[in-house]
Amino acid sequence: MSAFIEYFYEIKKEKLRMLLTMLGVCWGMTNIVLMLSVGEGLYRQFTRSFRGMGEGFVVFWAQQTSKPFAGLGIGRRIRLSEEDLGLIRSRVPEIAKISAEIEVGEQELKLARSTVMASLCGYGPAYGEMRFFFPEAGGRFINDVDEQQKRRVIFLGNNVRDKLFGTGVDPVGRILLFRGIPFTVIGVMVKKYGVGGGEHGNDGDLAIIPYSTCRTIFHRDWVGAVMFSPRTPGEAEAAFKGIRALLAAKYRFDPTDEAALGHFNAIEMAGTLNNVFRGIQLFLGLVGALTLIIAGIGVANIMYVTVRERTREIGIKMAVGARPGYIIGQFVTEALLTTIVGGAFGVALALGMIKGIRSLPIQHEVMEYLGKPVFSAMLALICTTILTFIGLLAGVFPARRASRVDPVEALRYE
Amino acid sequence: MIVFDQVSKEYNMGAVKVTALDEVSLRIAPGEFVAVLGPSGSGKSTLMNLIGCLDTPSHGSYMLDGEPVGRLKRKELAAIRNRKIGFVFQNFNLLAYATAVENVELPMIYGKVSTGERKRRAKELLEIVGLGKRGSHRPSELSGGERQRVAIARSLANQPEIILADEPTGNLDSKSGGEIVDLFGNLHTQGKTLIIVTHDDRIAAHCKRVIRLLDGKIDSDTLNSAAPVN
Ligand SMILES: Nc1ncnc2c1ncn2[C@@H]1O[C@H](COP(=O)(O)OP(=O)(O)O)[C@@H](O)[C@H]1O
Ligand SMILES: [Mg+2]
Repeated sequence: MSAFIEYFYEIKKEKLRMLLTMLGVCWGMTNIVLMLSVGEGLYRQFTRSFRGMGEGFVVFWAQQTSKPFAGLGIGRRIRLSEEDLGLIRSRVPEIAKISAEIEVGEQELKLARSTVMASLCGYGPAYGEMRFFFPEAGGRFINDVDEQQKRRVIFLGNNVRDKLFGTGVDPVGRILLFRGIPFTVIGVMVKKYGVGGGEHGNDGDLAIIPYSTCRTIFHRDWVGAVMFSPRTPGEAEAAFKGIRALLAAKYRFDPTDEAALGHFNAIEMAGTLNNVFRGIQLFLGLVGALTLIIAGIGVANIMYVTVRERTREIGIKMAVGARPGYIIGQFVTEALLTTIVGGAFGVALALGMIKGIRSLPIQHEVMEYLGKPVFSAMLALICTTILTFIGLLAGVFPARRASRVDPVEALRYE
Repeated sequence: MIVFDQVSKEYNMGAVKVTALDEVSLRIAPGEFVAVLGPSGSGKSTLMNLIGCLDTPSHGSYMLDGEPVGRLKRKELAAIRNRKIGFVFQNFNLLAYATAVENVELPMIYGKVSTGERKRRAKELLEIVGLGKRGSHRPSELSGGERQRVAIARSLANQPEIILADEPTGNLDSKSGGEIVDLFGNLHTQGKTLIIVTHDDRIAAHCKRVIRLLDGKIDSDTLNSAAPVN
């Protein structure tokens, strides 16, 4: 006569009641699994779409002073030079990679009789890694030799390639003309999604030549912006502080003048966004958990009813020597079984729904942002833990009441 | 050995206090066969519940085999009921959803007897009470007399020294009642301490000792010389 047999007897006797209780748990579990899975999908979609931006970098550029310094007025323009890069590299130890950039804007590229507009940039080799400009198979990004020798090589965004050579064609080794100068194509960027792949600021529209080559063609003796990555993500702020102090001394501006150097910290932004999305997921999880908790209260309620109805049975068991602990164990087991069976159906239902949603042929833009729900092993573990916890809680209190039944009263109970 | 020393049991019914048992002192030695008689409400069931450790005295002391029961915790009382006491009730108190064998197994589950041994002994006990073939029946499929025999088999499961029966034939016709009386007679010859609350003269006639209760007190405690010598 185990607790299981008694449980099945109870199910048989109270079919509808047990069914409804389990339905509550089932729906609660469906909710929490769905919510967490949608949150996980959202999080993954976010991670995926922000990958296009690149990772672990800071960009800074010179602006105008906003504080007076050493007798100099405000609103003074600061201009960075190429020597500054060498200086920073040698004086700021937190820097791992650094490169200057020139963004020229829309330029014509020519191949035979066709002309295509592309957003032309001059970037150093370190850019490719920091901004995730990954080459398609068979190609490469600009390297150190290209940079040192001011080679006439060009790395194309996938859209530029498609327009110039045809969709999907491998143009590596082909030659095109920019300002009448022949450039050899060395690689094509893998198509990006989300950030860097959307309608605006699409990296697929870029045409990238070495920084040194670009500077020579456009006769630029000043640097517009600089991108660097710190040795570790945590050192980004320290590195930028070092740079600001160094440049403040050189260009004579107040080192606390935020406006003199503008900057964008992708590391910080990624961290913030990461927290925001984890927060959203947590919120969704809590909403799901709430439904499950309500279902748990339902289970506890039914258990109280069951305990009352089975008072006589409890009395009989006590009379023949069942210890209070055994009675507790019996009712906790029943509550747990109810939640686990209901929960298992809930998971199955949720998984079915997730599968259904994932197989929907929606190509709408909204889906690009929402992503598709994902159920992971980690989520399974979380859900199971919450379910077990709620089942235990739903069982413990009614079970304690059962164990405190006075056997004499119970045997008199009708 | 059951020793009551000025044991009282009071129930609080709101403002009113009911004294169900009033300073009762008595001794029952191992192997005795005792009938407890008395009008309804005189405290017979209360006495049985106290002896069987289902309840504890409000005042006075109860020593069971030298152990003061009043100070024991609920789980220790449960262990004593399990090992030392076998209960037989007027209304059988069997588990409705369990078969006869399962009902007899119940005390052995709490006594941590292994499954195989439990099943074997349950069948053997049902054999003894004459229900060898009805082990797989549920109480609803058994007659009143048969149910009471299952209950007796259950009371014997852990080989307790004391069997307490509270009006065991009260709900039975006279023929089944007679069979139950014979069963108790047999148990007595096996050396069990038997205490039976009854209105049934046939049982009282079997008993060596008759205790009469009146208003929660012992009215008389007599030896029955007419009882058969075993
Ligand atoms: N749990 C209880 N609560 C209140 N009064 C009780 C309780 N149990 C018994 N009594 C009272 O105690 C007295 C003795 O009861 P009981 O021992 O059942 O008598 P008997 O078994 O001789 O008929 C009765 O007056 C009864 O009403
Ligand atoms: Mg009574």
